[in-house]
Amino acid sequence: MTQLKFKDDVFTVSAGDTVLDTLLEQGHVIPNNCRAGACQSCVMQVTKGNVPENSQKGLKDSQKAKGFFLACSCSPEEDIHVQLIDTEQLRIPASVTKINKLSTDVVELTIKMMDEFEYYAGQYVTLWKDDYLGRSYSIASLPEKGKELCFHIRHVQGGQFSGWVHNELTVGDTLSVQGPAGDCFYTAGNPEQNLLLIGTGTGLAPLYGIIHDALKQDHRGEIHLFHGALNPGGLYLTAELTRLAQQCSNFIYHPCVMSAEQSTLKNITEGDISEIALETVPKPKGWKSFLCGDENLVKALKKKIFLAGSNMSDIYADPFIQSK
Amino acid sequence: MTTLYERIGGEAAVDAAVDIFYRKVLSDDRVNGFFDDVDMDGQIVKQKGFLTMIFGGPNNYTGKDMREGHKHLVANGLNDSHVDAIVELLGETLKELGVADADIAEIAGIANGARDDVLNR
Repeated sequence: MTQLKFKDDVFTVSAGDTVLDTLLEQGHVIPNNCRAGACQSCVMQVTKGNVPENSQKGLKDSQKAKGFFLACSCSPEEDIHVQLIDTEQLRIPASVTKINKLSTDVVELTIKMMDEFEYYAGQYVTLWKDDYLGRSYSIASLPEKGKELCFHIRHVQGGQFSGWVHNELTVGDTLSVQGPAGDCFYTAGNPEQNLLLIGTGTGLAPLYGIIHDALKQDHRGEIHLFHGALNPGGLYLTAELTRLAQQCSNFIYHPCVMSAEQSTLKNITEGDISEIALETVPKPKGWKSFLCGDENLVKALKKKIFLAGSNMSDIYADPFIQSK
Repeated sequence: MTTLYERIGGEAAVDAAVDIFYRKVLSDDRVNGFFDDVDMDGQIVKQKGFLTMIFGGPNNYTGKDMREGHKHLVANGLNDSHVDAIVELLGETLKELGVADADIAEIAGIANGARDDVLNR
């Protein structure tokens, strides 16, 4: 049991409990979202004492140095004093420049950052409607586009943020951006290595960025993209990806659906995306894999690809955690 | 005189062994049930620590860690047969990596030395 001081109150944190749990239980309003150490919504600052290393995972070194940590991942091991951070320190404002429908329930949102912003294609950020409503999305654009960032946003049934984007947001509106974070991105240095990219739904977004980044950097190994959806209507950017596969001999596009119905799309494969991918690439030893999308699928795939012979250090996974 | 850890190749050997060993463990129906819900990245780090320890390398493992870390598994039926299976898979891993039989025997001895801590006896 440790003591936690916030504002003028001191609370007792039971072993295993987090700073976020404790403060929420006491009725404090702390921005939070994924509660899994990914979205960085609940970042706070420690002003006295030390926080465990894992509660600073994914933060920039400059932020760690200032004592920033994630309240949802912090089970204090000693007495600490903490405070909220002025959100202006963490978030950069941006304005909407384009909203483009990609499929029945996915739009491509393009925003322009009002300040310099550095990232790698495939990383994610948290987009904020206001101080308290934020959601994490993967960046689908390349840093070369300058201050313009693209996202693929699926309209989640009952989703507060995606509902706002789909129904209310228009060109010229502003929102703010926090991040980037995540290690699911292309790294140069091994241009002959084969790449296996598997994504479901809007898990395509980071993969789309990674593919373009790899091609731009003259990647010479094979690049296999498996994009899965329940039915053909859930796939998007199919024409563009098909064209890209025709232009680049080392890029191979595998659209996969659980049920093909009367699809007009050519080369579509029906079945379980994990099975289809591992039938095409049965021995991923020496390959680098990027797995994005549904949390359970990504976890299961990670294990399957490892068991099929890939090194663990060659598997990058970006599970999309549904907000509670 | 070189230590066992140096003889088998130090940290590079541990890195080579950890993926092969963990893959064998996850593929083996005798023991993989204990690993169903674990975070794989965290597990790789722990496996690396475990292998470093039994190869006689620098490590921070204590008997108390071994006891605490396996307590919930013992409650779920972890017993001698599972430890036997792990030692066997470890031996296969080391053989694949070309480690000498005498060294494998020495490593198996160190692994067996942790048995009572692992099983909380």
